[in-house]
Amino acid sequence: MIEAVGLTKRYGAKTAVYNLSFQVRPGAVTGFLGPNGSGKSTTMRMILGLDNPTSGQVTIGGFPYRRLPNAPRQVGALLDAKAVHGGRSARNHLLSLAQLSGIPARRVDEVLGVVGLQDVAKKRSKGFSLGMGQRLGIAAALLGDPQVLLFDEPVNGLDPEGILWVRNLMKSLAAEGRTVFVSSHLMSEMALTADHLIVIGRGQLLADQSIKDFISHNSADFARVRTPDTEPQQREKLTAALTEAGGQVLPEQDGALRVTGLPLPRISDLAHSADVRLWELSPHQASLEEAYMRMTQGAVDYRSTVDQKAGLQQQLPPGAVPPPQQLPVAGQGQPGWYAPLPPQQGGQPFAMPQAGPYGAPGAPGAGAPGPYGAPAAPGTADVNPYAQAPASTPAPAPEAAPESAPTPAPAADLTKPEDAR
Amino acid sequence: MSTPQPPMPQQTAAAPDWQAAPGASYTSPIPVTRTHLGHALHSEWTKIKSVRSTMWTLGTFLLLVIGIGFLVAVQTTDEDFGDVPFTVPAFIGLLLGQLCLLTLGVLVVSSEYGTGMIRTTFTASPQRHRVLAAKLIIFFAVAFTVSAFAIGLVGLFTSSLHSSDASEVPWTGTVFMGALYVSLLGMLSLAVGSMLRHSAGAITTMLGVVLLPSILPAFLMMSDTLRTIGEKMQEYAAISSLARVFRLDSESGNGGAQLGLLAGVTAAAIVAAFVLLERRDV
Repeated sequence: MIEAVGLTKRYGAKTAVYNLSFQVRPGAVTGFLGPNGSGKSTTMRMILGLDNPTSGQVTIGGFPYRRLPNAPRQVGALLDAKAVHGGRSARNHLLSLAQLSGIPARRVDEVLGVVGLQDVAKKRSKGFSLGMGQRLGIAAALLGDPQVLLFDEPVNGLDPEGILWVRNLMKSLAAEGRTVFVSSHLMSEMALTADHLIVIGRGQLLADQSIKDFISHNSADFARVRTPDTEPQQREKLTAALTEAGGQVLPEQDGALRVTGLPLPRISDLAHSADVRLWELSPHQASLEEAYMRMTQGAVDYRSTVDQKAGLQQQLPPGAVPPPQQLPVAGQGQPGWYAPLPPQQGGQPFAMPQAGPYGAPGAPGAGAPGPYGAPAAPGTADVNPYAQAPASTPAPAPEAAPESAPTPAPAADLTKPEDAR
Repeated sequence: MSTPQPPMPQQTAAAPDWQAAPGASYTSPIPVTRTHLGHALHSEWTKIKSVRSTMWTLGTFLLLVIGIGFLVAVQTTDEDFGDVPFTVPAFIGLLLGQLCLLTLGVLVVSSEYGTGMIRTTFTASPQRHRVLAAKLIIFFAVAFTVSAFAIGLVGLFTSSLHSSDASEVPWTGTVFMGALYVSLLGMLSLAVGSMLRHSAGAITTMLGVVLLPSILPAFLMMSDTLRTIGEKMQEYAAISSLARVFRLDSESGNGGAQLGLLAGVTAAAIVAAFVLLERRDV
């Protein structure tokens, strides 16, 4: 059980973590998500007593970490795969850690076997790949057979076999009644591993809920409906019927329709009464990635922009027409890219804390009438996010997307694998 | 996990109760013992002997002290040792060799900061003072043993080359004093390394500490007002302190005052290192 109360950490003028309170409970894998620089690692370091919080406190089993009588026997942690002395062999590295907490040397060989490094145990860890380094770090975390485990990005650099192994390891550790706290940027992996999620952005808590609730609160489940390609009038007929019945219909690039707000049997009934044949009627649950992106898009500190390659181009002679620029790839440099929240959610289940130390003036999602804060008729208003973004978003909308951008590019987003989960 | 699990926690885990009592969570079947300094000493001993930099610095130290010592010793005659001890040939090697111990002292702690190992170490032992204490003890033991061995060996070799009544000064005391002096210098380096957390910065600082008091007086002596400072500095500089320890100048004492000053400075640096260690973030 990890418990943080009002945890705050300032580095000079920068606030890395602000008033963070959460609990990580035993018996489940708790995922710890957040964009780069959102304070995940700082929080982990504070849990482990490496950094002292500016205010607030964090305890493990009721004790601050630095008061634990034998910390490695109660808490195991993988913070950084490269946090080893490269000149020391894997076995000696683990042996020195084992001796520090009175763990017998045979346990070292045991964990080396668990992580599959027994063949390179005598090799200096300098030559290890990132994946081998991760395995060594996991071995160090498991050394003391602890009841609380913290892993910061444990699957980075691991091969597919290693990823599967880590996933199963986390689950089995949690099933034994241990507290498992894992941070990761791999959403697909998190969706498979975690039971509970703690999401932070700009050092503040955005969500603390089960993964199921997180996804359903932050994205719309929808039905994909496909009418015969050969008869476009059927598609229009169905769209009209569904809209009339109160559903929202978004056309997808390949001609299918994305319907929200209506249950599947109702869609089928409406199609039947409108005398429209259906080629496809399938339920789709949004992915964790989509839900996460939607929640954190206002809290992203480091956002990529479209590479204009202007620095590489020759100066155009005066009067020359610049070459036509490519449309950006979906999601790149597009603050308002991810589709709006479903209208039934009332817009903002997780508004970014507005009175935070950052202010984040006008960040997307901050104010209620944000770029998509009032999706009265998302079916029409959000077909072209480009057209909307420059109007109300302070983040620069790429010039490459003129107001009259054709729908295909935004529609490409809608065909992203929503059902990847 | 490869350790056998008791059935109890697994049953409770089947129905995860969020507000469960602490007893419902996993408890290791192996009893948790309280850790103490002995564990940290054990760990630091494993650490210091399992990196190559230890072998390199100590190997170079031995080579310099014993090698130069033997070379000097074979060139000496009985008359050279009228009022100096038989360990004097080790003095010249020690002037260079102390830089090796100084480097090792810095590396013992700063290499952990440089590689990030320190976070692993302090996660494994949140009692940071214990880790630093163990490092200091292990380093001192290693440095003192190795330097005493080297100086002693040179002393034995020199005395075997010359008649026993060639030198009137007993040399066993200089073995311990010399070893103590360079080991304290290494301890000071370790404390500085712990405070600066940066190998190159700490080694440079220590080179300054060792060399500057020998160089600066040359400039300070030019001014009448600073002359006394310059003289004191020269008296307590590392090189002249070692010279006194080896009784190169019989009128200027046996180096006890110099050793005392170094011990005082080292103790102060160690206290500062402990205070900073507990306060700072890693």
